Amino acid sequence: MLPQLLVSGIALGGVYALVALGFVLLWQTARTVNFAQGDFLTASAVGILVLSAHLPGLRMVAVLGGFLLAAVVLGAVFHRAVVAPLLGRGFLPLVMATLIVAGLIRILAADFWSPEPQPFPAVLPGGVLHVAGAVLPVRDLWTIGVTAGAVGLLSGLLRWTALGRAMRAVAQNRELARVLGIDAARVTLAAFVVNALLAALAAVLIAPLYYVTYDMGVELGLKAFYAAIIGGFNSLPGAVVGGVIVGVVETLSSAALAGQYRDAVVLVVLVALILWRPQGLLGAPEEEG
Amino acid sequence: MRARGSAFRTGGLLLVGAGLALGPALWHPSYPLYVLTLTLVMGVAACGLNLTLGYGGQISLGHAAFMGIGAYAVAILGKRGGEFWPAWGAGIALATAAGIALGVPCLRVRTHYLALLTLAFNVIATLVMVNDEPLTGGPLGISNVPRPRVPGAPPDLALYYVTLAVAAAVAAGERALRASQFGRGLVALRENELRASTVGLSVVAYKVLAFALGAALAGAAGGLLAALTGYVDPTPYTVTQSFWLLLMVVIGGLGHSEGPWLGAAVLTALPEVLRGARNLYLVVFSLLSLALLLMAPGGLASLLAPRTPPLPRRGARLPDPEVPSRAS
Repeated sequence: MLPQLLVSGIALGGVYALVALGFVLLWQTARTVNFAQGDFLTASAVGILVLSAHLPGLRMVAVLGGFLLAAVVLGAVFHRAVVAPLLGRGFLPLVMATLIVAGLIRILAADFWSPEPQPFPAVLPGGVLHVAGAVLPVRDLWTIGVTAGAVGLLSGLLRWTALGRAMRAVAQNRELARVLGIDAARVTLAAFVVNALLAALAAVLIAPLYYVTYDMGVELGLKAFYAAIIGGFNSLPGAVVGGVIVGVVETLSSAALAGQYRDAVVLVVLVALILWRPQGLLGAPEEEG
Repeated sequence: MRARGSAFRTGGLLLVGAGLALGPALWHPSYPLYVLTLTLVMGVAACGLNLTLGYGGQISLGHAAFMGIGAYAVAILGKRGGEFWPAWGAGIALATAAGIALGVPCLRVRTHYLALLTLAFNVIATLVMVNDEPLTGGPLGISNVPRPRVPGAPPDLALYYVTLAVAAAVAAGERALRASQFGRGLVALRENELRASTVGLSVVAYKVLAFALGAALAGAAGGLLAALTGYVDPTPYTVTQSFWLLLMVVIGGLGHSEGPWLGAAVLTALPEVLRGARNLYLVVFSLLSLALLLMAPGGLASLLAPRTPPLPRRGARLPDPEVPSRAS
């Protein structure tokens, strides 16, 4: 039982990690916390459902491809219309704007899509695998694989491409990066596009496990926020570790504990972690603001 | 210019005050009166958050939990036969104690960690409200909450005037606090913790007090809200409401005296005005509040009072804390 729970926990944590990576990326490049993160995920899942309902006969792969393209456009529009005008106008106004966008996505989904939960087709293969006496869900193994691939791709992008180097430079010191001729606005735009892609990927991975609801993003966004915070909020590996911790603690506690205060367990673990290491597990202390 | 500006503001305040004091006595259909009372209640709560965040610089995503403590205290004591006033006082005391209890561990952390810690507090408070049925009535809550009684006045109107008196006292107290040594110390701390501590301010005491005061006002608002709606249930005291309060303070103008009241007025009254748009109204409402933020990132109060320096941007050069930001 335990290996299976661990694998499921890590898979769930991987999905949280994808969204948490978005939190870290946006914090690093734009110094903002995007509370619409989880609702981007909802928007992606709903978008895919609507697309496949209106274009029957289209292969799922084509729908997903078209949708990833749409996610890029959405990320760019969000940046252009909401983020860019508020960048540098204080921390909270931008955070509040992302909250309003989050609410807007929920309202639009409930009013114009469906207030009821809807099933989402499985994208990854199902079934179970027997390994050394343990029964492991194949879908969870795939989820872990896809997540690891995405994390690898993102690290590669940041490490080896010119855009990645520019992103890291802006993250370290926005002003200095601009002095060196890096277009910080373009880098921020790129971060928002990558973020939207991560959310879309997370949606494809998690939507088949649960039903798609208009407010599914609230819970998911919060869990990813926890993950990013455990990891330190300024560390990409930290976000992955944080995601896995949240996923595993959640899965184990829901299996081991009955009762209504189950949700509190994850939070208490988190609060203990934060009070123990206020800079996060892998994060570096930031300069005083 | 300064004298003319402040005369204009004083005149405006007097006009609004007179309208709030006399208007409902002359004309008080129940639903608009309810919305008006609700606006004032939310204003008191937002004022508390403005003290903690706008002056104290400490983000709180758990303010609705303090409201909940105030509300449930009134309801639970009322169920056991208590009158409104002592129950309300007990609720404020409990909320203040919770604010201190939360403020102390929060001294260790800042920014998102503080946001998460306060958010966790709210989530756990909601879990207690939903699950501790013998005490809180569970998801259904408790009805027949006692109301403050004023002889000879219809109950709605009596509650309105009680709320108005509380709001006026809070607004006056906030102005006095702002000009006091404590208020200036709080702002100095927000601007630069290190510098404030080197001139001898006790960072610990100021931060915990900022939390306690914010919590006390939220608790007071919660008790009034319970009396206004006549029942308590967990819904108005969840994290969503905490975010909502934050939005009020930011849209109204963080760190401005008028900010929380303007924010509460816009965010409580606007949805009622837009009710005609049927199910589109939430969409219109969201777009309008987004537009407000984009046009006035410093909040509505910053449009009225361009003199008051806004919160410094993260990483910006900090203004000299020897120049306190004062209301007038």
